[in-house]
Amino acid sequence: MAQAAQTPIVDVRDLKVEFRRREQSVAAVNGVTFSLMPGEVLTILGESGSGKSVTLKALMGLVPDYAHVSGTALVAGKDVVGMSKDELRKIRGPVVSMIFQEPMTALDPVFTIGDQIAEIIRTHEGLSHRAAMKRALELLEMVSIPSAARRLKNYPHEMSGGMRQRAMIAMALACRPSVLLADEPTTALDVTVQIQILLLLRQIQKEMGMAVVFVTHDVGVAAEISDQVAVMYAGRLVETGTVYEVLSERSHPYTEGLLSSTVHGGMKGQPLDMIRGQPPNLAALPPGCSFAPRCNQAAESCHRVDAPSVTLGPGRLVRCIRAQPLLAAE
Amino acid sequence: MTNVPAFAQAQGSQTQAAQVPIGNADIRKPVVEASQGYWRSVWGRLKRDKVTMTVTVILALIVLMAIFAPYVTVYDPYAGGIMRRLKPIGTPGHWLGTDETGRDMWSRLAYGARLSLLTGILPVAVALGVGGLLGVIAGYAGGIVNTLIMRTMDVFYAFPSILLAIAICGMLGSGMTNAILALSIVFIPPMVRISESVTTQVRTLDFVDAARASGTTTSQIIRHHILNNVMGTIIVYATSLISISIVLSAGLSFLGLGAKPPQAEWGLMLTSLRQAIYVQPLVAALPGFMIFITSMCFNLMSDGFRGAMDIKLNK
Amino acid sequence: MSTPAPYKVYMPPVPEEIRGGKAQPLLIVDKLRKYFPVRGGVLNRVTAMVKAVDDVTFEVQKGEVLGIVGESGCGKSTTARLVMQLIKPDAGTLVYDGDPVGAFRGISVSALRRKVQMVFQESFASLNPRLSISDSISYAPKMHGTPRAEADERTERLLRDVGLNPAQFARRYPHELSGGQRQRVNIARALALEPKLLILDESVSALDKSVEAQVLNLLVELKQKRDLTYMFISHDLNVVEFISDRVLVMYLGKVVETGPVDEIYRNPRHPYTKALLRSKPSFDPAHRTTEMPLTGDPPSPLNPPSGCRFRTRCAFAESVCAAKVPELAATPDSPPQHEVSCHMFVAGSGHSRAISGGLS
Repeated sequence: MAQAAQTPIVDVRDLKVEFRRREQSVAAVNGVTFSLMPGEVLTILGESGSGKSVTLKALMGLVPDYAHVSGTALVAGKDVVGMSKDELRKIRGPVVSMIFQEPMTALDPVFTIGDQIAEIIRTHEGLSHRAAMKRALELLEMVSIPSAARRLKNYPHEMSGGMRQRAMIAMALACRPSVLLADEPTTALDVTVQIQILLLLRQIQKEMGMAVVFVTHDVGVAAEISDQVAVMYAGRLVETGTVYEVLSERSHPYTEGLLSSTVHGGMKGQPLDMIRGQPPNLAALPPGCSFAPRCNQAAESCHRVDAPSVTLGPGRLVRCIRAQPLLAAE
Repeated sequence: MTNVPAFAQAQGSQTQAAQVPIGNADIRKPVVEASQGYWRSVWGRLKRDKVTMTVTVILALIVLMAIFAPYVTVYDPYAGGIMRRLKPIGTPGHWLGTDETGRDMWSRLAYGARLSLLTGILPVAVALGVGGLLGVIAGYAGGIVNTLIMRTMDVFYAFPSILLAIAICGMLGSGMTNAILALSIVFIPPMVRISESVTTQVRTLDFVDAARASGTTTSQIIRHHILNNVMGTIIVYATSLISISIVLSAGLSFLGLGAKPPQAEWGLMLTSLRQAIYVQPLVAALPGFMIFITSMCFNLMSDGFRGAMDIKLNK
Repeated sequence: MSTPAPYKVYMPPVPEEIRGGKAQPLLIVDKLRKYFPVRGGVLNRVTAMVKAVDDVTFEVQKGEVLGIVGESGCGKSTTARLVMQLIKPDAGTLVYDGDPVGAFRGISVSALRRKVQMVFQESFASLNPRLSISDSISYAPKMHGTPRAEADERTERLLRDVGLNPAQFARRYPHELSGGQRQRVNIARALALEPKLLILDESVSALDKSVEAQVLNLLVELKQKRDLTYMFISHDLNVVEFISDRVLVMYLGKVVETGPVDEIYRNPRHPYTKALLRSKPSFDPAHRTTEMPLTGDPPSPLNPPSGCRFRTRCAFAESVCAAKVPELAATPDSPPQHEVSCHMFVAGSGHSRAISGGLS
């Protein structure tokens, strides 16, 4: 098997993130398992409240203190779960770094872009200010910011949305991380800018051989960027596989529903196939399979017993009782 | 494709199913909780907040004590006696002791709560009405009206509140009424500022535009959409001002600008007991303790209300 | 125009259903303009103008869905608010069903606001948090004098129409609902005055995809049932294609291209429309986008480029594009409803590609 040749750069086993507040406890991430090879792009696809962003934050130890994290999350061989603040600080940057949906909140408004990037390089690599600034310039050029030398002296608010997002990518790449976490980095952007950022990320990822975990709600974006796709629903991965497998086979009814309710070309003139009902409330999950109340293929047992996770192939998992006959057929 | 017939079949049925219940959002079984309404949900949250509930009960007791002062006390708060001056706490008959002219401390504290609460609450109530209204007008009208109102308030803001109160009192002359008037003027500017900023926020929300878009008049918008959403915040802010107001009015009395002897008022009692501080320190501290407790309770209660009333915070 | 001429004063009032006639556009927007002044400096003087909407002209036919698409800052939302008269236009006229808005012998702004309603993007912000769902919906009808019983009955019917069970939802408050449910309430509220035209300003953009599909289906169904006309504003090209009959493409306050949806999506002419459509993420991982259709961000509408506003990002820009503002006009080789504002399609405009009638 392929795994024998290489060890995964990200290996998450049974990751759980519970938010405990007063009397109630909400499992935003409820037993997530996946792994990612170096140089691969994994997209976690899900709707709001599915736990996709929390999963990503857990990989960087960015969950709040009242969150209870369990399971293991190996990033470059080190378990992030239970890591001390100091250790986390050391891996953030050179090992794993993150880009966010809204760069304006992730960038410091009172420092120039150049200073912010240089600061990161200096903390982690101990370079002089001048050398760090030189690297910062290279980074801005790498993310194709026009007239980069001038942009180094810009403050975040002086840049347009797309340029800020590029600057944030440059900042995340400052210490050449082996894993980049991307939390809906193109959602707030215009469509013509979004495609530029996606192409840029793809190109940089290839050049640097970096692994990327990309979180999005947009199937189109997932199709553009991913090697692997994991579909997340109510804190769990309901289907994983290569982008081709997940988007064309759609073995889980939720994946099927999500894809057919996402409007794209050639759907005009007929009602959209849609998933009934609302995304679930994590504080009051239904017993059994959490998708069962919205599923139009649910059997009676789905409402009582949780669906098993069925392996269809290497890295290809589906959490649905209907998936079993598929395994038998193969 | 190696798709299984069973699955294809299921897909077919899905297309069919989708055509029937268009827009069927409420497929979840009717949830047991019917809507509780806004105020009831606020109450629900308050009930769980032990601190707020405790301080509210304490405040209620203080208010009850003030209202029923004649029934909960034995002695006349004004009748002193040379022989029973400055008795310590725990003296039989005078369980909280007596003051420098031999008046029963418990009676004076209970009766004093009347004036102290009045001078604490009344100025805030006046400021709430006047300042709240001015703020809503400034916030909704914007432009020149806003500039006029807000810049005028800024002038008052330039002075620290206690200085301003003393200055106004000095101008109007001492006495209870003037103290209340002075404090009202002191509290109007912060009231205006809060109510203006909340109104400006609410005004830009889409539901105000939606109301305008369906032909609602300005006065209807202000009454039904703005006030409704602004009142909560303003009132909560006002309750937090009460705590300051109690301290300030006590301060004015302490300086001789508010209540006049022999009136029972906590601030005034603090002044007159000042000389007894070496003789009976505990008795002398009692009015201060009451001021502290009442003021802190108002503050904590206002905090609790703010938390309970903020829907987004609790979402 | 088939409008009854204004001098026929002895004619009995025309019943509303046939007012203006079938062929009369429900809404004509002519040279609508709104510049927002930007103040700055010590003296608070106007230092610049945001040309949010600049001479925008279009029509909305009865019973159609007009999609308005464009990126942020293109003026699509401002256009909606101008049509609703929530912002006062600097210039331009609106004609509702043959009646000029706010003009002598025309229709008053308040009357227009009963015929045209709007659904906003933010489902939470557009509901008064202190009013229950049923109060929110029945508010406007009651305000306009509908008797309580009738208004309540209408509210119940509307809730049912938008797929919410009145017994379950009528007494609830906005924060107790999910985003999709709130947006249904907003639609019901907009329909409460029985308008003819519904402006949907990014109304499904904030929803999850599965919920978005539900609301889109609902909109299609309501349109048929209630004989509505929609102005559907969105940045989502796929959704606009799905729901619209005609499309208006805007860029920096100007209409760059308009036409039937199939024409625009299959046969776009304007270089911006082409780039926009090519920027859509592909849904097929085997055919990914490999080159950037456009570089850079849309420029700020604050002092936009002279001439054609797209020229700074356009691969075909020439000197004429900076000198002259292109007019929106039909091209020789496309159906007359398909209009483009680009010098490349105007014979004799001075653009080097213009003579041949434009590029492919």
